Amino acid sequence: MPGESRKSSNGTSSAARSAVRVAVAKTPKVYVGGEFIRSESGRTYPIKGDDGSFFANVPQCTRKDLRNAVEAAAKAGASWAKRTPYNRAQIVYRLAEMLESRSDEMAAAIASPSGIPLDDARDEVTAAVDRLIYYAGWADKFEQVLGNTNPVSGPFFNFTVVEPVGIVGVIVDDSSPLLALISQVAPVIVSGNAVVVLASEQHPYPAIVLGEMLATSDLPGGIVNIITGQRKELIATFATHTHIRGLDAVVGAADKKELALGAADSVKRLRARSSEKEIDWFADSAQSVYEIRNFIEFKTTWHPIGA
Amino acid sequence: MSVTKTAPKARKKTQAAAAAARVPKLIFGDLWEFDPAPETADAKIKKQYELFIGGKFVAPEGGKYFDSINPATEKVISRIAVASAGDVDRAYKAAQSAFDNTWGKMPGRERGKYVYRIARLIQDRAREFAVAETMDGGKPIKESRDFDVPMAAAHFFYHAGWADKMDYAIPGRPTEPLGVVGQVIPWNFPLLMLAWKIAPAISTGNCVVLKPAETTSVTALKFAELLQEADLPPGVVNFVTGAGETGAAVMSHPIAAKVAFTGSTDVGKLIMRSLAGTDKKMTMELGGKAANIVFDDAPLDQAVEGVVNGIFFNQGHVCCAGSRLLVQESVAEEFVAKLKHRISVLRVGDPLDKNTDIGAINSRAQLEKIEELVQSGVEQGAKMFQPSCRLPSAGFFYRPTIFTGVTQSHRIACEEIFGPVLSVLTFRTLDEAVEKANNTAYGLSAGVWTDKGSRILKMSTELKAGVVWANTFNKFDPSSPFGGYKESGFGREGGRQGLLDYVRLV
Repeated sequence: MPGESRKSSNGTSSAARSAVRVAVAKTPKVYVGGEFIRSESGRTYPIKGDDGSFFANVPQCTRKDLRNAVEAAAKAGASWAKRTPYNRAQIVYRLAEMLESRSDEMAAAIASPSGIPLDDARDEVTAAVDRLIYYAGWADKFEQVLGNTNPVSGPFFNFTVVEPVGIVGVIVDDSSPLLALISQVAPVIVSGNAVVVLASEQHPYPAIVLGEMLATSDLPGGIVNIITGQRKELIATFATHTHIRGLDAVVGAADKKELALGAADSVKRLRARSSEKEIDWFADSAQSVYEIRNFIEFKTTWHPIGA
Repeated sequence: MSVTKTAPKARKKTQAAAAAARVPKLIFGDLWEFDPAPETADAKIKKQYELFIGGKFVAPEGGKYFDSINPATEKVISRIAVASAGDVDRAYKAAQSAFDNTWGKMPGRERGKYVYRIARLIQDRAREFAVAETMDGGKPIKESRDFDVPMAAAHFFYHAGWADKMDYAIPGRPTEPLGVVGQVIPWNFPLLMLAWKIAPAISTGNCVVLKPAETTSVTALKFAELLQEADLPPGVVNFVTGAGETGAAVMSHPIAAKVAFTGSTDVGKLIMRSLAGTDKKMTMELGGKAANIVFDDAPLDQAVEGVVNGIFFNQGHVCCAGSRLLVQESVAEEFVAKLKHRISVLRVGDPLDKNTDIGAINSRAQLEKIEELVQSGVEQGAKMFQPSCRLPSAGFFYRPTIFTGVTQSHRIACEEIFGPVLSVLTFRTLDEAVEKANNTAYGLSAGVWTDKGSRILKMSTELKAGVVWANTFNKFDPSSPFGGYKESGFGREGGRQGLLDYVRLV
């Protein structure tokens, strides 16, 4: 159970104490609008530990939970988009600090319920920290690389800037559940978007723990909303919710088609990668300024030049 | 200081009315009856056009043709081949073969030279193309001559130079062309939209299968002749003509690595749905319902010209047309009065006449759509103004139309009319202007008129639109990326930003 790995060992007397002490297990809750909540439906689904025994019950969020998360993102999103890029950079950097300082806890959260060896889980955490640092650095630079002034024929100062698209839905890959989540979310939020994340269905627990770290970073509540549950129940709402303006998903062929059909109805920006082809989230190619570019708009202004 | 018992609000209203009354009328009387000044250059339009596949003009496999008419006269100007799905397949195979054997392997430096050639050849035959464009589509010759054709040449010239400089356009990652690209373009700027689509596609190393709009295929096929003159390797650019069925075949062909569409939001959504489940890249340049926002400190006469240009340019057949005028309440009455006088002297008529401001509506179907929406405006209670200008007896023409008293829920304030119809709304504060301007599913363009530079930048920051024009409207440039937010589509055309949509990162 979550919490069982935290045994104190302060000499013989405390060892004796811990022998009789029953650990306090954690109730996994999802992080939405800056709060830790259960599904409005009260439903959960059990996840197992690496030895096959019961590990915890995770919220099985509903379409209503998803809509609520979108609402939370909408409320928080506007002011996040207006923060200075320097500020967003520092907040994402702070999140990396939180993850680094609690890396043992996160490694255990990855390893215990998933069966991933602890050393591999540690590698995943450090890679996730480094990825956050990478994108924190882009926050106040990507506009300089992707935008520019344009030498038009005429008396105009013409320039192209970037803006976030708004609310982006993220459906996380099942492989490398933490690193995939960070790699999919970080490039979307550094530009000022808010996200609603559906954690890996198979390995949701690292996302639950990440929520607790997000709460202690300086990221405003509602910018990263993480829900857990079954893809097949939620994918249609991700696809058709008109306030979700972009989707980044790593899913199978059938889900990909469903997302594309829904995206058409409100002309959503869709980035769907196939889960059938394994993505190497550790690779350098898994991080790029062009990941940020997927969920921004370019705005071009023609400003007159004249006396 | 004089003492008056009039309430300040009422006084302000009286002043505004007085200002409106003072607006000088442009009355030219008989002087306005210009002699006809038709453009007489030979458009060199053939009686019949075949499909252009693999560098050759080839007959369609079904042997079917349709008539292309001049919308100003309703007379047939040419017969155009109907491409079947089989013809589209032939075109894709020709394009794939060109990609595999010539174009895809050619160094960017050499590809660029071909694209430069195309730009030069358009300039050489600019007048001929302008006349053909006007005869085929109905737009005034002064627009096709001074805007469409030179801008088409400029797009090829601009993109030609990128062909060997992609490392600078997309820093940090090498790129490669996608392969064959399917493109479908609209009838409002036939040659220019062709240039917007083909220039970036072939400069970046792709080959193209393009379908022009059914009512405006002539300049694309004349352009095909020009490609032969440029000695462009066969199959790099292929044209298949026809209606929606041909377009669907172009969009859904399995060889297409990417599709690019410009047209209505409804059709864009249909295409997106039809491609669900495929890995085709897409760019969509769809509809708009742009707000043109006039603040009370704006130079009003200049703003009137800009608003007129914003909605009546190309008969309003412009996706980024400034079809919603938002004017600050304190100057609304005066501004609308000026606007009415101004549109009363717009010359509607023969598109080939060099003095014509508003030409022919592109097709009967479009004319009926405009009439239907205008009717809805009247029925929903908006107040219509149309000048009493004479319209030609033949052809499809529509008077410039202004609606006042429009509310945000009126259909004429929500739906894209794609015609010479302006809806006027008012606002009091900047925040209200922003709120109303953004209150639309579209987000292609917007206009701001004010004397204050910081307000221009504030508005530009707040408006959810891909292009914001300040103290101007409907300005375009190959170096300036164009494209929409929200349901106006995704991807950009032109500028450095438009290039990534035609390559993949490796």
